[in-house]
Amino acid sequence: MTPNTPGSPQELADALAGVGYLADEGLATAGYLALRLGRPLFLEGEAGVGKTAFARALADASGAHFVRLQCYEGLDAAQALYDWDFPRQILHLRTVEAAALATGDRPDSAALEASLYDRRFLIARPLLQALERSPCVLLVDEIDRADDEFEAFLLEVLSESAITIPELGRIAAQHPPLTVLTSNRTREVHDALKRRCLYHWVEHPSFEREVEILRTRLPEITERLAADVARATRRIRELDLIKTPGVAESLDWASALAALGAQTLDPDLAAATLGAVLKYREDAERTLAKLDSVIAAA
Amino acid sequence: MDTTEMLTGFARTLRHAGVDATPDRVQAMLAAADVLGLTEQEKAYWAGRLTLCAQPDDLPVYDAAFAAYFGGEVPRRPRVTAVVATGATVAVHADGGGTGHGQDTTVGLVASPVEVLRQRDVSLLSALERDEVRRLLALLAPGTAARTTRRFRPARSGAVDPPRTVRQMLRQGGEASRLARRRRRDKPRRLVLLLDVSGSMAPYADALLRFGHAAVRRRPTLTEVFTLGTRMTRVTRALRHRDPDAALTAAGEAIPDWHGGTRLAESLKAFLDRWGQRGTARGAVVVLCSDGWERGDPAALGAQVARLSRLAYKLVWVNPHRGKPGYAPLVGGMAAALPYLDEFVAGHSLAALEQLVEVISRA
Repeated sequence: MTPNTPGSPQELADALAGVGYLADEGLATAGYLALRLGRPLFLEGEAGVGKTAFARALADASGAHFVRLQCYEGLDAAQALYDWDFPRQILHLRTVEAAALATGDRPDSAALEASLYDRRFLIARPLLQALERSPCVLLVDEIDRADDEFEAFLLEVLSESAITIPELGRIAAQHPPLTVLTSNRTREVHDALKRRCLYHWVEHPSFEREVEILRTRLPEITERLAADVARATRRIRELDLIKTPGVAESLDWASALAALGAQTLDPDLAAATLGAVLKYREDAERTLAKLDSVIAAA
Repeated sequence: MDTTEMLTGFARTLRHAGVDATPDRVQAMLAAADVLGLTEQEKAYWAGRLTLCAQPDDLPVYDAAFAAYFGGEVPRRPRVTAVVATGATVAVHADGGGTGHGQDTTVGLVASPVEVLRQRDVSLLSALERDEVRRLLALLAPGTAARTTRRFRPARSGAVDPPRTVRQMLRQGGEASRLARRRRRDKPRRLVLLLDVSGSMAPYADALLRFGHAAVRRRPTLTEVFTLGTRMTRVTRALRHRDPDAALTAAGEAIPDWHGGTRLAESLKAFLDRWGQRGTARGAVVVLCSDGWERGDPAALGAQVARLSRLAYKLVWVNPHRGKPGYAPLVGGMAAALPYLDEFVAGHSLAALEQLVEVISRA
C-alpha cells in the first residue's frame, strides 16, 4: 500500500479525475480494491477503452513510479527481470588484472569475484525496476502475447514481490508494486495467474462520460464538437464492424477535427477524417453508406 | 443471516449457475466486502463481480445470479438444451454404403478388417464398428509443423551467443576459450478447429469432436476447438478431459445449438470477432469442418472465409461430402468459400481423417 491510499472508491475516482482520467464506478472500485487488498488487477476489454491509460493515471494520481512491461512472444527473464552487464564485467576484470600487474600483488580471488557480481553490474529490467522503486505501479501490458513460460515466472515475482538472483541474493520490494495486467484475449491466460487477480471487464464509456473525457483530454475543442463526436462514435459502435472504435479512436477523431478547425461535425468533414476512427476499408465503406444517420443530431 | 453467510450463500448460487467461484475467490470476495463495507447493494455487487468472475462470459451469469439472489428469486441453473447423442445420431447400416469401395468383397480377402474399416464412411457404421473406429480415432495425434520463434536455444553451430560466451569467459578468468552458439527455438503453430455441429453434419459430428479431442490431448495449450451452428461455442476446455467419452459429454453440455440449423457465416463472424481477429487465428493452421450448407447469403460466408484466410497461416476445409463419388463443390456457401482455401479435403472416414492429420502436419 502506498502512503497516500485513497479512503474510498470515490476518492480514487476523484484523484484519477485530477490527472485527467475519468473512471466509472466499476473501474474505480477495482482500482481501490487492488490498492487495499494488495492484489494485482487483471483488466480485459475492447482495444482502446483505456486499460493502459488507467494504469498510468493510477501512478500519476498516487504519485508512484510507473513501470511498463510490454509483452511479446519470446519474452524471457533476461528481458523482463534482469541481466548482467557482461561487457562491463569483463572490463572490470581486465582493469583489476592490469592494476595487479603494475603493483605486483596478487588480487584476492574471493574479493574479485564478489566485486564482479556487484549490484552496479546488474541491469534492471522492468520487473526488477518495479521491485526496486517503491511505491510503484507496474503495468504488464498484453500478457496474452507472451508465452506460458513467461507467465510462470511472472507468477513467482507477483506472489513473492521479490526475486532471488543467485549471485547477489534476494531483492524484495519495500512496498509491493500495484500490478495492472491487461489482456486482449488472444489466448487464455493460465488460471493460476488469474486466480491471484481481481478481474474487471472495461466497457465503452456512456455518452455523457465520453463527452466529459473528450472535453478533459482535449480542452481546445468545443462542447458541441465533443458531443457530436461522442454521439457519432457511439452510433458507429452499433454498426457491427470488424473493429469497433474505442475511446482512443474518438479522441483521435476529435483532435483531427480540431486540427482542421471544426466547430461541429458535418458529413464532408466526417468523411474526410474517418480514417482517424476506422482502420478497415470494409468498416469505412459500411459507415460511409450510413453516414447521414451516423452524424445526425440527437 | 450474517454477512459472511449471505455472501458464501451467494457464491454457492453462482457456482450452481456455472461460474467457477473457487474457495480462494470466495475468500477474496469476503476481503473485498470487508474493505468496501456493505452499506448498499451496489457495493456487494462490485465486491463479488471483481473477485468471483474471471472472463466476460461469466458477467451475464453473474448479473442474473445477483438479481436472483438479492432480489429474492429462486436461482435456477441455466437449462442445458442438448446432451451429446452418443449413438442415436449415427445412422446404422449393417453393410450399407461403400464409399467408392464397392469392390471390397475381393479386397476383403487380403485386407485386414481394420483396413476396410478405415475406408468406411463414419456415418454408415454399425454400433460395433463405431466403437472400433472411436478407439482408432483416439490414437490419432494431429500436430502442426513448427515455425521458428524469437526464443533461442543453445546449439553446436549457429550464430554466436554473446551472454553465454561471456559467462564462460568470466568463469575462466576472462579468457575467451570457446564461442558459445545459439539457434532460434522452434515451436509448433497453433491449430484451430472449427466444427460445424448443425443438423446436416450430425452423422459426422461425433467423429470430428473425437478428432478435436485427439488434437487437444496432443497439444493442450496450442489447440483451440470451436463449434459452429446457429452460434459459436468454445469447447477447448471441455475437450481437455483425458477420457474421450467424458470430454465429449462435457463438450455436449457446453454446446447449446447441437444439431440445430446452420448460420455458418454468422457463427464464423462471431468466432472472428471474439477470437480470430484478436490473435487466435493469426498465424495458425485453421481447419474448418463443414458441409458448406448455408441458409443465408453465400456471399456473406465468402466474405468471412476471406477474412479468415487473411488471418490464418493455412486454411483447410474438411467437407465429408467430398469423399463421395460425383461430389462437386457447387452448394452456394461452399462455392463462395472455395477460392480462399489452401486445402480442401474429405474427412468422412478414418482414412480421410488420417490424411487430414497429414495435411495439418505439412502446414
